[in-house]
Amino acid sequence: MKIPDLAELALRNLRESLLRNSLTTIGISVGVASLVAMLSLGIGLQQLASRRLVKSGLFDTVVVTSRRDLRGMGREREEQRIGPTPGESRILDEPARQEIEHLPNVLEAYPDIRFITELRYDDKPHLTMISALPPSAKSNDAFEGMQGGFFSSDTALEVILQKTFAEELLGRTPPRGGDELNVADLAKPLLGKELTMRYAQRAPSPAQPLPPSAAAANSDSNLAGAAYSVVSREQKLKIVGVADLDPESMRGPTRAKVFLPLKLAESLHVMQPTDLREISRAASDQAVYSSISVRVKNPTQVQVVEDAIKKMGFTTFSLLDASQSLRTFFRVLDLFLLIFGSLALAVASIGIVNTLVMAILERRREIGIMKAIGASDGDVKKLFFAEAGAMGILGGIAGVALGWAIGRIINLATNVYLRRESLTPDNFWAVPWWLVALAIGFSFLVSLVSGLYPAARAAKLDPVQALRYE
Amino acid sequence: MPTAPAVSAASRTVAIRSENLCRHYRMGETLIRAVDGVSVEVRAGEFVALLGSSGSGKSSVLNLIAGLDRPTSGSVVVQDRDLAKLSREELAKYRLRVVGMVFQSFNLIASMTLAENVELPLRFAEVDRSQRQNLSREALERVGLQARMNHRPSELSGGEQQRAALARALINRPQLLLADEPTGNLDSHTGTEIMDMVREFNRGLGMTVVMVTHERALAERYAQRMIFLADGKLIDDRPNASTADGARVQGGQS
Repeated sequence: MKIPDLAELALRNLRESLLRNSLTTIGISVGVASLVAMLSLGIGLQQLASRRLVKSGLFDTVVVTSRRDLRGMGREREEQRIGPTPGESRILDEPARQEIEHLPNVLEAYPDIRFITELRYDDKPHLTMISALPPSAKSNDAFEGMQGGFFSSDTALEVILQKTFAEELLGRTPPRGGDELNVADLAKPLLGKELTMRYAQRAPSPAQPLPPSAAAANSDSNLAGAAYSVVSREQKLKIVGVADLDPESMRGPTRAKVFLPLKLAESLHVMQPTDLREISRAASDQAVYSSISVRVKNPTQVQVVEDAIKKMGFTTFSLLDASQSLRTFFRVLDLFLLIFGSLALAVASIGIVNTLVMAILERRREIGIMKAIGASDGDVKKLFFAEAGAMGILGGIAGVALGWAIGRIINLATNVYLRRESLTPDNFWAVPWWLVALAIGFSFLVSLVSGLYPAARAAKLDPVQALRYE
Repeated sequence: MPTAPAVSAASRTVAIRSENLCRHYRMGETLIRAVDGVSVEVRAGEFVALLGSSGSGKSSVLNLIAGLDRPTSGSVVVQDRDLAKLSREELAKYRLRVVGMVFQSFNLIASMTLAENVELPLRFAEVDRSQRQNLSREALERVGLQARMNHRPSELSGGEQQRAALARALINRPQLLLADEPTGNLDSHTGTEIMDMVREFNRGLGMTVVMVTHERALAERYAQRMIFLADGKLIDDRPNASTADGARVQGGQS
């Protein structure tokens, strides 16, 4: 029989025992709905998490550090596994930065300059972590909703404050459990004001001995063995912006609260914690960095770039690594949701078997007639298959609609609850088109499998017996 | 008519030949010999009645000829096809192309209209929809039911249902019409109407007809030849002397 004929006959037969077939189809649709509801919840939560991560703006960033830094952290084994690499424990200096910047798929590579220092505001000292931002950071999503503006130039004597530091400067703390302080309110008294930064400067040219007078006057310490000195300095900086979000949220405990333009920060030659070790290894007077941030053109290329940099002999870290465990978590969650969702569908598939076996008993005579007038085993089999498949597709479509509706309701109800608890409502519910296609396809497949046994049984029916049966 | 050797002439026109045909089955402890060594030949274009009381095995023989059942032993050859040797698939094709069947209880599918019932074999034969509709209309016109084609079987009288079943049996233009007590559920007037149609197919379309009946009068009125069965065995096989047809076939070797 041809497929349109099969479909037509199958739908006709389904209409004949409308109640029973509707109930079976509803059973399937409930199964599919539970599957869709479960999976869309999993996908929605995953998307929510990803969305938050992407908003942090550093999904496309690889942080490069010298491999040396990891010595003594129990990572030697890993190094050995990677194998001997050219330039093992290479120094992360300016030539290395340029080399990384010229790798394919790399947008830019800029040194990470971060240091803890003292900022004075209103004559009160505040110790904080300062970090430098390249001009490209301007497009970072984290600066959405920033008060004020970005640095006027890459060398401007300006700072951007993170909201929490602004709170600190103003001596305000958000009331517990209450609304967070408004960025605009925080920014108003601070924008345009000046801060004084006190910092330790590394004397620029360690190869040349410092003039004795300067050394005597300014150096706090003169390290023996290391050929440079540290000088205490002060710098006035203007507050140009207060950011709501944290542009470096991926860095966790070392995140900075105050940001400087990159070129300015470089020109200051601030003493950094890792300097000592690196400087002693530096071949020349080239700048040496403790770490470099590499921006990749596309988040999908992070892995490739990371691999290339590792091959150069450096250690890399990216959000990809950080999100790996998150993704594993969601994969497991999805699996669980899939299993629970499938259970309902499995129950529904038993319903299909039951319905079709009943149909065979009821339509024994009809099957006998069809065989007597020339239907082959295959025709009968296909007809029952078509009925099972039709129930599967109809149930699948109804189930997706039902699952979608259930999801909407759950999402709505949860958001009502979240709002009552004064939390921000969010959309943790997603039904992507592939899930729709997958659910209907899966339902169709499950139905066909359920139809296997009844169809085979119908096909094997002895026509003589079937016709005798009244 | 040229005088050809009797054997070759006979073999050319043989439509059905059974040799020592047996169909035994077991019911609990007892072996039932529904058909027990029946050897018979039916020539093409013949109208044969299979007679016997109930349980005589006449319907079993018909089912074997129809390819609905397989012999336990012996053979049945229809139009040069040894049915015992055909696969299930081939047997289905044989039923579809070679045989048309009508039953005592009409066996129309209740959920389908007459037109759909009649065209059902064409679906199995994968005939195009438009052609299917033409053929089923034509077949229904032939049995005088064109006005009822969109009715369901339950809306029709027994005679009308049997006419529809005849139309269905004819739709694939089979060479063989097998009728199992076709008038058993009909009153005598309607039965006559149906039998006249069957005779018309036999004569007008040259179809070979094998009809199972227990009504001797019916057989005598329409069949050219009567085969009597009892307990699965052939007990008598004789031309029907009471009809002109019988005489003609007997004398003229149509």
